[in-house]
Amino acid sequence: MKAKIFAIVLIVGALGAIGVLSFVMLSQPQWTDEEIDTLKSLWIGSLGQLPPDPSNAYADNPAAAELGQQLFFDTRFSGNGQVSCATCHQPDLAFTDGRAQSKGIGETRRSAPSLVGLSYSPWYFWDGRKDSQWAQALGPMEDANEHGGNRTQYAHLISENYREAYEAVFGALPDLTSFPASAGPVADAEASDAWRELSFEDRETVSRIYANMGKAIAAYQRHIQPGASRFDEYVQALLEGDKEKVKIALSTDEVAGLRLFMGKGSCTQCHNGPMLANNDFHSTGTPLSNGVFADRGRTDGMLEVIEDEFNCLSKYSDADPEACVELRFLPPNGSEFLGAFKTPTLRNVAETAPYMHAGQMATLEEVMDHYNEAPAGPHSHTDLFELNLTDQELAQLVAYMKTLSGPVFAP
Amino acid sequence: MNTSPTKQNDTIWWAVGGIAAVVIVAAALWFVFGGGASSSSSQAGVPSDLDFATTRTTNQGVFEVTIEPALDPLSINQLHQWELQVKTKDGQPVDDAEITIGGGMPQHGHGLPTQPQVTEALGNGSYRVEGVRFNMAGWWEFNVNIAANGQSDDVTFNLSLQ
Ligand code: HEC
Ligand code: HEC
Ligand SMILES: [Cu+2]
Repeated sequence: MKAKIFAIVLIVGALGAIGVLSFVMLSQPQWTDEEIDTLKSLWIGSLGQLPPDPSNAYADNPAAAELGQQLFFDTRFSGNGQVSCATCHQPDLAFTDGRAQSKGIGETRRSAPSLVGLSYSPWYFWDGRKDSQWAQALGPMEDANEHGGNRTQYAHLISENYREAYEAVFGALPDLTSFPASAGPVADAEASDAWRELSFEDRETVSRIYANMGKAIAAYQRHIQPGASRFDEYVQALLEGDKEKVKIALSTDEVAGLRLFMGKGSCTQCHNGPMLANNDFHSTGTPLSNGVFADRGRTDGMLEVIEDEFNCLSKYSDADPEACVELRFLPPNGSEFLGAFKTPTLRNVAETAPYMHAGQMATLEEVMDHYNEAPAGPHSHTDLFELNLTDQELAQLVAYMKTLSGPVFAP
Repeated sequence: MNTSPTKQNDTIWWAVGGIAAVVIVAAALWFVFGGGASSSSSQAGVPSDLDFATTRTTNQGVFEVTIEPALDPLSINQLHQWELQVKTKDGQPVDDAEITIGGGMPQHGHGLPTQPQVTEALGNGSYRVEGVRFNMAGWWEFNVNIAANGQSDDVTFNLSLQ
């Protein structure tokens, strides 16, 4: 009899303990103070003021941004009258194009990245071969596979169609009547010959208009900004101590994915800060582009940015050379960055497939398999290590990344 | 039959009670040792005895170096300046030193994302270092090589970035 009573008491106790434990396990997990700090650092509320761009005196000039917006969407600035920046950077796809290789006049070798919140980055392009957003804009415009036009063509277009808006920002346009219709340092032989025949001063006159176009387009892009995602609402609720909202903002799987993102997955080593990108260069062993090309990435980008005609130290830059800190403190050993690419933002990542610098991966699930295995890749080096996550954990990471979608604000 | 039915019953109840007791103890242990909390693996492999002192004697004992980041708290993704103070081992400020900076993340096998440089000698053994940036959270090494008075020596500082 005694044994029976004793056993019943213990059974009730055991059931109670199991109940409490399941409640603890199923209810939203607690974050440590340190984790709350990390969460806050990833939160959109931590995006400070846009960093100034000393190389672009018009970066925050509203009239320049308005002009830049028109240029961004104007297909006349191309070799065939059909390509604008928005061809490959479409506002409803977080300013990407949904393609592995982008298509302008021809095909690009890399994939078009999102432009959302990009102005927080000191480097542009996957390999960082540009050190400002205005210098970046000047690349695709005279690339034969992208816009495929040239500098004097664009200068004439500005003078015929945007004279007033241009002059209001940059001052009087020079007289361009004697300039050839087509000339520029481009692949097209005729235009490139015509460019070489121009005097040094004439080339500089045209290049200055070209640089100013870039500065206006950059001023516009500075207004392309992310809005709060469900993840941001969750963090805000946590910070405000709104327990009810914390419970509903994210599902259990999404929170588990977030925990993996910050913990076992080590994703925040590189995808950190409120854009979930450190804007720096890392080797992640991404496979060959198109299955054939071993892209050297940052190793080449570093050499190119030093040589770039429009870099921060160039005569077209508005910066005091002292202010060109990224170039001044560039690391000397480029070979360390073989196959390294700029960490992309994960904001709105669910809308920006395919993934990686050449669209090598079609889905976030494929990306997760890559991270789980951490192959050495085409250059036999990766900064990643094998994660050994279960299928369920990988799915949770994907679920978390899907909470990073929010509105994109662009004029 | 020498075991009575009641005795047999008792044995079963004792056994059931025993199992329940084990469950309670296991649950209590799980609770106390926080089985559910996932640990962050990014810190795996950091030696537990790392010295984070900001004043250190160089490896051969020639100089004493103090680092003073101008960014407080020291955080990632911001280019910022440091001040370095260099003294001889008996406390005399060292001016006119040639200073070179290096470093990286030992666990990841990569160097610094920038090349910090001494841009100004501030006098009284102090130097301004510009161009410092860390781009990952975790353990970083920051190496300083100092050449002065015909002698050269190195020192490594450990940093923990959040
Ligand atoms: C034909 C498609 C195409 C066109 C047109 C195009 N881009 Fe891109 N854009 C790309 C691709 C592809 C990349 C990545 C190239 C690389 O990194 O080497 C890119 C990269 C960029 C980047 C750098 C993103 C980053 O993460 O650093 C910016 C900014 C950008 N483009 C803006 C523009 C602007 C402004 C225009 C118009 C002047 C433009 N693009 C025209 C395809 C295009
Ligand atoms: C060592 C730095 C590093 C770590 C750690 C890291 N990433 Fe990345 N991530 C990158 C870089 C660099 C790229 C671009 C690589 C390329 O294009 O070749 C990238 C690309 C991505 C992309 C594709 C985005 C796009 O727009 O193409 C996703 C998604 C992603 N990472 C998610 C994660 C997740 C989830 C984790 C954690 C499991 C993680 N990353 C860990 C650096 C890192
Ligand atoms: Cu690292």
